[in-house]
Amino acid sequence: MILAWMLVILMAGGLLAWLAQRWHTALPRWIALAAVAADFILALSLWAQTPELSITTSPWLLRLELPWIPQFGISFSLALDGLSLLMLLLTFFLGLLCVLISWREIQHKVGFFHFNLLWALAGITGVFLTMDLFLFYFFWEVMLIPMYFLIGIWGHANRIYAAFKFFLFTQASGLLMLLAIVGLYFIHGQVTGTFTFSYFELLRTPLTPEVARLLMFGFLAAFLVKLPAVPFHSWLPDAHSEAPTAGSVLLAGLLLKTGAYGLLRFVLPLFPGAAQEFAPWGLLLGVIGILYGAMLAYAQTDLKRLVAYTSVSHMGFVLLGVFAFNTWALQGVVMQMIAHGLSTGALFIIAGFLYERLHTRDIRQMGGLWPEAPKMGVVMLVFVMASLGLPGLGNFIAEFLTLVGVWQANRWLTVFATIGLVLATAYSLRMMQKVFLGPAREAQPILADLNLREMLIAVPLVVLILWLGLFPQPVLDTALPAIRGQLEAYHEPDQKQEPVISQVMPHVALPDSTRFSLKGGIYAPK
Amino acid sequence: MPLLILVVASLITMLIIAFKRNHRAIFVVTALSFLASAVSLFWLKDRLPYSMPPLFILDGLAVFYMGLMLLLSLVISLLSYAYFEQREERKEEYYILLLLATLGSCVLVISTHFASLFLGLEVLSVSLYALIAYLRTRERSDEAGIKYLILAALSSAFLLFGMALVYASTGTMSFSGIGTYLDSLQELPLLLLTGFGLMIIGIGFKLGIVPFHMWTPDVYEGAPAPVTAFIATVSKGGMLGLLLRFFTQADAYRYPVLVLIFTIIAIASMFAGNLLALMQQNVKRILAYSSIAHLGYLLVAFLAGNELGMEAVSFYLVAYTITSVGAFGVIVILSDEERDAELLEDYRGLLWRRPWLATVFTAMLLSLAGIPLTAGFIGKFYILAAGINTQLWLPVVILVINSVIGLYYYIQIIAVMFQQPDPEKALLEKLSPPAYLTSIGTISIMALLLLWLGVYPASVVDVIREMLLSFSTLASR
Repeated sequence: MILAWMLVILMAGGLLAWLAQRWHTALPRWIALAAVAADFILALSLWAQTPELSITTSPWLLRLELPWIPQFGISFSLALDGLSLLMLLLTFFLGLLCVLISWREIQHKVGFFHFNLLWALAGITGVFLTMDLFLFYFFWEVMLIPMYFLIGIWGHANRIYAAFKFFLFTQASGLLMLLAIVGLYFIHGQVTGTFTFSYFELLRTPLTPEVARLLMFGFLAAFLVKLPAVPFHSWLPDAHSEAPTAGSVLLAGLLLKTGAYGLLRFVLPLFPGAAQEFAPWGLLLGVIGILYGAMLAYAQTDLKRLVAYTSVSHMGFVLLGVFAFNTWALQGVVMQMIAHGLSTGALFIIAGFLYERLHTRDIRQMGGLWPEAPKMGVVMLVFVMASLGLPGLGNFIAEFLTLVGVWQANRWLTVFATIGLVLATAYSLRMMQKVFLGPAREAQPILADLNLREMLIAVPLVVLILWLGLFPQPVLDTALPAIRGQLEAYHEPDQKQEPVISQVMPHVALPDSTRFSLKGGIYAPK
Repeated sequence: MPLLILVVASLITMLIIAFKRNHRAIFVVTALSFLASAVSLFWLKDRLPYSMPPLFILDGLAVFYMGLMLLLSLVISLLSYAYFEQREERKEEYYILLLLATLGSCVLVISTHFASLFLGLEVLSVSLYALIAYLRTRERSDEAGIKYLILAALSSAFLLFGMALVYASTGTMSFSGIGTYLDSLQELPLLLLTGFGLMIIGIGFKLGIVPFHMWTPDVYEGAPAPVTAFIATVSKGGMLGLLLRFFTQADAYRYPVLVLIFTIIAIASMFAGNLLALMQQNVKRILAYSSIAHLGYLLVAFLAGNELGMEAVSFYLVAYTITSVGAFGVIVILSDEERDAELLEDYRGLLWRRPWLATVFTAMLLSLAGIPLTAGFIGKFYILAAGINTQLWLPVVILVINSVIGLYYYIQIIAVMFQQPDPEKALLEKLSPPAYLTSIGTISIMALLLLWLGVYPASVVDVIREMLLSFSTLASR
């Protein structure tokens, strides 16, 4: 029931915030803050209980099942495992930050803004929790509309165009997924006689290879656009750079993760055969994404656009890891989702701070800000370093694990992916140099450094990214059972489906009791 | 008998007009008679199916469609009150026409014979001619009325000729008689096929599907907004109910030629409707073209043809009519004395000027676009399910493509609504509070219904299943 409460709190909070605007303009902010904080505490308390819960054999920590439209076999089915739990923690944490950073930035239609913010969060939460494919599509779409409003109403100059593009791209790909979902539903119904949208039932649907391929492409369309993988990424820079800061954080931190989550949760377990066939292409798309994103990021002059392209690059690692089909790579993917959510979110937040002060996002008009705003500079430095994958920070662990995993799948592509890290260094340092170092701007009013509210936003981010980098074990432990669950289909010896590349099957299956740490296993892959 | 109530009500209103013109009294009588006649359906429910051979039959399908149309007419009359209160000195006759048009539409759904079909059709059409041109002082009203008159008369002629040909080859005019005759044939004879073809022209015209859609945008634009809502929902709903009954009873799904014709019509309607809507600047015209597209979607489910398909048609019709009435309701409320609020310009910044109206309108548009939380989404899902179930891959894929095209112009309207308003555009509210509240209340109820259907469709699905059950068992006999 806790799971349903999380959704209810967010949705009710959203409605309340909208109404509360009539009485006082600051009230919506407090209501939104309280609602997200309540959910965050709920999720944290769930995490604190995890060890005792996970003693049971199943990776699922909590389940909730209510009939919704029984005529179609649709139920309101929520379930939580380690993966969802981590994603929820990330969602609520970034949600809190979103409310805080909008405190001064958003000044008109405050109530409606927070309504949209909370409903977008509710949609994302639903996506991470639901185990009914119909409900999944439902939430998938529910998060789009508030997002569309967030970009379209409170965005920058070119916002309408960006909002349109975002909406059309995601909607079109989502409809393809709907087709695939309905197709799967009928095939399952015809084979087994029970018509249901339940994830757990559909997992065991026998599919012919052609059908599986077609259906998988339906799902892939939605997730690759959302991720975004390279040929489908063109909505992202526009949407990210035109959105208000909170919108950019939501987009980069959470919406992209729903694509990655979908790949992990649905594509891998539902279509093991087809996914293996697609794997080389998936890996290739991942590498192209890493390199292409990084190169374009280097060429940008708009700070938010630059960060947006780094997202494309970082999400390439996710794609790469997903299609390596082994525990290490998937651990890396989960880490990458969290670390990227934090680091890119932080970079967008800093871009927002700078925009509030300088009223420009053009890095050619910045420079030499360090003496004026040293605190901001330090924060920026931490996240730039995180973004380029400096050891000790979260992104390093993520990228390292991914690369180790992928090495077992495809060596050559791993080499190219590693080149992406070098490019990341180039664009990250360029960003730092142009904004905070270098010659100072011409005479302009002194830049204010971070105030208390802004420090309150920045410090937890820095602490978290350091914690992820130095002691990632709790996160890895939480995700491990869930990841094993997703890979279950690949461990069963299935002679009919010959894997296209033999390296795909993981050589090194981690023993169940592994609690590997940085000092332990991973530096010496067998 | 619900129909008798309508007839009596129209007579009473006529008498009241002869006695004393009082807008409010007539409005109340009309609304009450719609309500009474809808309620009387519940009383009928126990004695289904109830048939009056050879002309009429009252079964689950008929009761469901009649209930839907009576309630829609009730809503439209509620919306009309405020609209006509502020314009046109002779507003009373409008309600007679509305009652009669609804009567015609109800007759269509219960008819099982060509004679009653044509009777219902003409009662509906003749009332509509007058309704469309009702605001005769307006420039485009006459044009729309005459256009509709000429084309409707033409299509009626086609329909009649088609019926004559079918009669000539089958020797009967009742649907079940035609069905039994067809059972004895392997192939469709040419004469019969021509007859069906001509009938499709007549029916297609009323539904406003491609290539018989030419009248739709002009009539939608020229007619008063409540009448437009009526055409979009009640008139099309009645025709669709008839089509379902005819096709099922005559078991026309067996003939690939007919199925092919409808597939082509459906695909053409979807594309033409959506692509042409992209180029419009007038909200009423956008809704007109989008209705063409929506009828195309409906035909996809109609093509599926089995029970799931019929459920899908019925559910989508419920969702679509609620949405259309709601959307036109917003236009009705925003319209002022001189003209209807139909330009995109009229909606600029609506979200800041009239937040509630804008929210309702946004909900309606999102439902038309088929976005979750609204009835339109469940409807679209239903259609997709029906289509995939019978493996109509081509229409289904085209439906998906068209949903995306459609989305573009719906969100364009929404985008206009949240742009900053022109400062000089002052609020214009001169309506009397009760009239205004009636309209606002009505569309609010529509919006709530929309959400309820979108979030919890199970109950309505049950009702539809139950109603159609009695129909399909009857038809299969």
